[in-house]
Amino acid sequence: MAKNADKRFTKEHEWVMLDGDIATVGITDHAQEQLGDLVHVELPELERAVVEGESCAVVESVKAASDIYAPLAGKVVEINETITEDPSIVNSDAEGEGWFFRLELEDPDVFEALMDQDAYDEYLETL
Amino acid sequence: MALLTEFCVAQNALPDDPTPAPLHTTPLDQWHRKHGARMVPFAGYAMPVQYDLKGDLAARCKGGVMAEHLHTRAHAGLFDVSHMGQAMLTGPNVAMALETLVPGDIIGLKPGRQRYTLFTNPAGGIIDDLMVAKLADDRLFLVVNASRKDVDFAHLAENLSETLTVMENRALLALQGPEAATVMARLSPEAAALPFMGIVATKIAGVDCLVSRSGYTGEDGFEISIPAAEAEAIADALIQQPEVVPIGLGARDSLRLEAGLCLYGNDLDELTSPIEAGLTWVIGKRRKMNWDFPGGMVMRDQLDNGPVRRRVGIRPDGRAPARGQTTIVAEDGTEAGLITSGGFGPSVNGPIAMGYVRKDLAADGTRLNLIVRGKTIPATVVPLPFTPHRYIR
Repeated sequence: MAKNADKRFTKEHEWVMLDGDIATVGITDHAQEQLGDLVHVELPELERAVVEGESCAVVESVKAASDIYAPLAGKVVEINETITEDPSIVNSDAEGEGWFFRLELEDPDVFEALMDQDAYDEYLETL
Repeated sequence: MALLTEFCVAQNALPDDPTPAPLHTTPLDQWHRKHGARMVPFAGYAMPVQYDLKGDLAARCKGGVMAEHLHTRAHAGLFDVSHMGQAMLTGPNVAMALETLVPGDIIGLKPGRQRYTLFTNPAGGIIDDLMVAKLADDRLFLVVNASRKDVDFAHLAENLSETLTVMENRALLALQGPEAATVMARLSPEAAALPFMGIVATKIAGVDCLVSRSGYTGEDGFEISIPAAEAEAIADALIQQPEVVPIGLGARDSLRLEAGLCLYGNDLDELTSPIEAGLTWVIGKRRKMNWDFPGGMVMRDQLDNGPVRRRVGIRPDGRAPARGQTTIVAEDGTEAGLITSGGFGPSVNGPIAMGYVRKDLAADGTRLNLIVRGKTIPATVVPLPFTPHRYIR
């Protein structure tokens, strides 16, 4: 089985994993490396409805602030408050313990339209 | 993920400029890349913003803005600041001549000493901030900001008849931190013996250097001017010392912000006076007799009547940094001012900022509100610097 077969990616460097109609969202290892040491994370409010591409979280490194976008449309059903208390978890484990929030998707089928690991790796090569 | 702000944006160096001019490089360009630097455009130069250090250096410091910052405060860091402008101004009355453009006492500066000063304009604004060193009574060594060197050198050439020699083929390195003097003692005891703001022509590893005891971090340290061709050899000699690792512009910015030091283009500009900026100390005692420098009368009036706004230190509550250009409002909802530099202070371990506020809101302890991404973050006016200066005296 290919690496991260159950994970999808966006061009904005978010990753998504699907469990039923619940999508877990975070930023990719590439993204955390580009951002550098994170010092602050702002997560969306619970129950907030977001559309695909909507800015719904912010990460701040020592030198920059960046928007995090909702990769798919849905409702925020869980947020990872551990990373607001210790943002360095995102640097050490971006694609695991450093997840940001969970969305209840309007349409779980759109998940498959996102890039898989190979497509994302190819995309990174073009940057 | 999209970058909202980056510290280099303030200095004519937008990373996503659709038609970027080709970047200048410093003599250490390849050296930085070899040591794992991430290069970014800054003031028209490709500069290291941070390093992914390798080998022996990685054992000393893992690299990244946070680790590089903390390493500099604990040990010693090497900064390439070769993008800055270096020039020699010579002539029999050179000190008197320069005094027509700056508020500092240059005549009274002793040979072998350096001083921080400002080019000011007739409206009392700041054209640039710079270091002036007196090498001899007829010889001044100037170091100016990269982003302003064309403006500054044209300003000097236009207004002074003294000989201006721009030193194009020079590198400038800064060695900063509490262990900088220990390191320097091994390489040049003469330089290590300098007092704060002293300057000496000496040799490091057989190379003729001009070394001053100064810097931009709030720590003890040295700035080393050398021929471009020798830059790699000197940088290598410095990082062979166990206390030293290379440090990027990211940490340079967070270090100077914690030290409460101004960045031209952010905290100082042609519409900001030295009085507003809290740089009144730059005006020499003797110069306050006649106020005979550009904008002198404006500054005297501001001192007598109080400036309408003042530069202050600001501590946002919580953990969210408030960056440059953040709007500041008073507790009563009225407009209060603007943050000019802001970010996260690794040694402070929290968000820090500097900005200009109305004079009635400038007292330490004043509560303010910052508007960050549409949300209100409460903050407090605090004394500068955020981390105490540790200059050798």
